[in-house]
Amino acid sequence: MSTDLIDRLAAGLRPAPRLAVVRRLAFGIGAGAALSAVLTAAILGLRPDMARAAAGAMFWVKLAYTVALAGLALWVCERLARPAGEARRRLPWVFVPILALAGLAAWQLAWTPEPMRMPMLMGHSARVCPWLILAFSLPPLAGLVWALRGLAPTRLRITGAVIGLAAGGAGASAYALHCDESTAPFLVVWYTLGIAAACGIGWLAGPRILRW
Amino acid sequence: MSLTEIELKALMLRSLDGDAVAYRRLLSALSERLGTYFERRLGADPSESEDLVQETLMAIHTKRATFDRSQLLTPWAYAIARYKLIDHYRRGGRHRFTPLEDDGSLFVDDDSAAIEARHDIARGLAGLSPGTRDLVVRVKLHEEPVADVARRAGMSESAVKVAVHRGFRKLAARLRGKEDSA
Repeated sequence: MSTDLIDRLAAGLRPAPRLAVVRRLAFGIGAGAALSAVLTAAILGLRPDMARAAAGAMFWVKLAYTVALAGLALWVCERLARPAGEARRRLPWVFVPILALAGLAAWQLAWTPEPMRMPMLMGHSARVCPWLILAFSLPPLAGLVWALRGLAPTRLRITGAVIGLAAGGAGASAYALHCDESTAPFLVVWYTLGIAAACGIGWLAGPRILRW
Repeated sequence: MSLTEIELKALMLRSLDGDAVAYRRLLSALSERLGTYFERRLGADPSESEDLVQETLMAIHTKRATFDRSQLLTPWAYAIARYKLIDHYRRGGRHRFTPLEDDGSLFVDDDSAAIEARHDIARGLAGLSPGTRDLVVRVKLHEEPVADVARRAGMSESAVKVAVHRGFRKLAARLRGKEDSA
């Protein structure tokens, strides 16, 4: 019978902290994102025009985009980290920042003369940007995997995708400290591509790496 | 002793605040329900279910901070039990039920729900007589025309319809019997 086990478990009972799930998720992504920010500064260097950029709108639009994606994904994750946690209502919200930025990109393109549009979309770093974002997503992804393994997700594939999305947003936020691209079309295509790649990796690896 | 969801949840809330007496009552009540849950799904071998009950109790203990105080307790506890059951199926490698790759949709319950449903239906069908099972599978699962099925079985169409209807109702009743929630 399970009586012995129940006695043992009851004897070792301690009060459970109320914010355990949120705290653990925040710690996992926070530690990973901090590491990515340090790595960005150390390997690539901060953007040289940081002071001027921080006075302009697009630097903050970029950061708002990546932080919003990470935050919304984390908010979905707060549900998925719990058995029977229902995330269906929260999940669609992650598309809001993408649609908003896509709208801004369309507006910017519409006001740009035709020959300037392609350069605007491609910037000067389109080829490396998604890869670097993916690379800087890996530390926050590792942090979130650690967090989730201590919690109890029961739908590992979707949970993997959502932590990939959160890690992608965090990695892109760190990379934004270096990247000096500042047009909405560039961001919505190349940043989103890097973040989506992180999401895809989470989706693929979730069932294997999130088991508890 | 069969406690309701409201009573179980009240025990859980007290347990989360560190009340060991409430916790012991909660785990005893849950272990009884879990025993039933696993026996229905695993059948013959009681030691197998007992192992899973213990594994689930341990998971409930270590993961108790993931319980959202604003939600119901029984779905949370059963979700853990289901997770452990599916884990057990996967480890056991019962090839007959090994899941296909998932269909790629983000919004399905991974493949867990499908694996569980397949187990349930297979076990439900096993409870029907061989003749009826064959008719139910042909008509309901393979969606063969009733006329063809009747001809091959040497029965009238209405007899096939009646047998399928009865078999299907019995199957549904068996599946409902598994929903032993509060």
